[in-house]
Amino acid sequence: MKKYVLDLKVTSVESLGERYLLLVAINPAGRLPKMFPGQFAQLRIDESKETFLRRPISLHYVDYKKNEVCFLVQKVGKGTASLWEKRPCSTLNAVLPLGSGFTMPTSPQKKVLLVGGGVGIAPLLFMGMELKKMGVRPAFLLGARSKTDLIRLDAYRAQGDVYVTTEDGSEGEMGFVTQHSILQIEKFDCIYVCGPKPMMVAMAYYAKSTGTPCEVSLENMMACGLGACLCCVEDTVDGNVCVCKEGPVFNIDKLKW
Amino acid sequence: MADSRVNIADLDLINPVLTASGTFGYGLEYQDFVDLGQLGGVIVKGTTLHSREGNPYPRMAETAQGMLNCVGLQNKGVDYFCAHIYPQIKDIRTNMIVNVSGNSPDDYAECASRINELDCIPAIELNISCPNVKHGGMAFGTTVEGATSVVKAVREAYRKTLIVKLSPNVTSITDIALAVQDAGADAVSLINTLMGMAIDIEKRKRVLSIGTGGLSGPCIKPVALRMVYQVAHVVQIPVIGIGGISNAKDAVEFLLAGATAIEIGTANFLDPAISVKVVKGIDEYLDKHGFESVKDIIGICE
Repeated sequence: MKKYVLDLKVTSVESLGERYLLLVAINPAGRLPKMFPGQFAQLRIDESKETFLRRPISLHYVDYKKNEVCFLVQKVGKGTASLWEKRPCSTLNAVLPLGSGFTMPTSPQKKVLLVGGGVGIAPLLFMGMELKKMGVRPAFLLGARSKTDLIRLDAYRAQGDVYVTTEDGSEGEMGFVTQHSILQIEKFDCIYVCGPKPMMVAMAYYAKSTGTPCEVSLENMMACGLGACLCCVEDTVDGNVCVCKEGPVFNIDKLKW
Repeated sequence: MADSRVNIADLDLINPVLTASGTFGYGLEYQDFVDLGQLGGVIVKGTTLHSREGNPYPRMAETAQGMLNCVGLQNKGVDYFCAHIYPQIKDIRTNMIVNVSGNSPDDYAECASRINELDCIPAIELNISCPNVKHGGMAFGTTVEGATSVVKAVREAYRKTLIVKLSPNVTSITDIALAVQDAGADAVSLINTLMGMAIDIEKRKRVLSIGTGGLSGPCIKPVALRMVYQVAHVVQIPVIGIGGISNAKDAVEFLLAGATAIEIGTANFLDPAISVKVVKGIDEYLDKHGFESVKDIIGICE
């Protein structure tokens, strides 16, 4: 897939609580390229004295009619925090689309589960939208520490059924996503997971124990994002491979978890 | 428009801008952003006689105006390179140069002799300066004896243009440069990364898997520039400047310091199209100041 460096123009900046930011941008120079759920962009961070590299951020959704791309960003450090300074009409320099995305199910009859934790829910919205287009009504299982960390639920509900867990029980079932009752009640044909590594490892274990095909999206630290520097490698059955190029989405059968 | 051609021994470059090993893959990774034919050359990722898995993750730490890496020469070995990579890159219309590393002088020489057979690879860059491997690499580049032994062994096995990449982690880089010149190098390139460290204060552990890594990026530019200046003033062979070059102004500084060509490394990560922008910027500088050739500014800084 051809990759581009684009000077996107920010159209909307919305803080979702203290930790999350919804950043919408259009491509003023032409049509946005075709992109797929699970792929990401490398966003340039400007005017930060303490950071240097771009930040890899997954595609929250792409709306080709509006020629816009949306990023859901968590404030992690100084780099991501500087994106809070963006305003409508700010330039957002992005390299995209990068990496390989989720494998779409083979038929609309498949029962699909999308599991997300924290900011890992971000790429699952795009995935849900594409699934809906192909006639699949996905189930989302979303986990957070507390009710205030559950964001954008309405956007997910518009694509499919949403099940929620919180660690403090302030919304949905109390506990981790892997403890949710839906996993005991329903049998899924494929599972897609993005979130903190312990959560993905636990879901991979569940998928293996039930014989369900499963893909996870990793977020190893990256430099180039293009498969050139070999910094973001994951130890797989094929040896060390670049998460930015061979991933970030991997079938769990490839991983040594 | 000024003439931007330069020569590194027998190598003709359409301009003095190359991309640095380990930051540009095999060139293929950047073809969507850069017309590789507009570059003086591409130095592809470090290649060794046998395949190497490299160091465990994490291999990278961000720093102020730079980054540390400890990739550790991950590559599939020279046979894989010849069979699978070379066919993909041999028709790229620029100087495709292979960076060669090893564990012993014999390793280096054997790897170099295999690459000597590849018609479309006109030069190698000998990496005697990788700080991230236990054996070989920088161990050879930090002593006159070590550098001499590797370069002599490779010189016997390799007949085309031989560039030797020097480590800055030494007391006197001019001593090493002179030794490498005496051992038969056609050119030197400098600097490789500076050895550094990062610590995670929450985990109270060193960030990189092997504890240390090589520092690159704009933060090392003044050190690199000083070393290029010093080396260019003592050797008779061409010097290729490397270290934090991020724009045409940086590149011109290295040319003025005495570099015949320059390599762009970490800056490729910030802007994948930066290399061709630097080519254009150097042209603009030459035209603006009325120089007829880029050669007219090489080493003119007193």
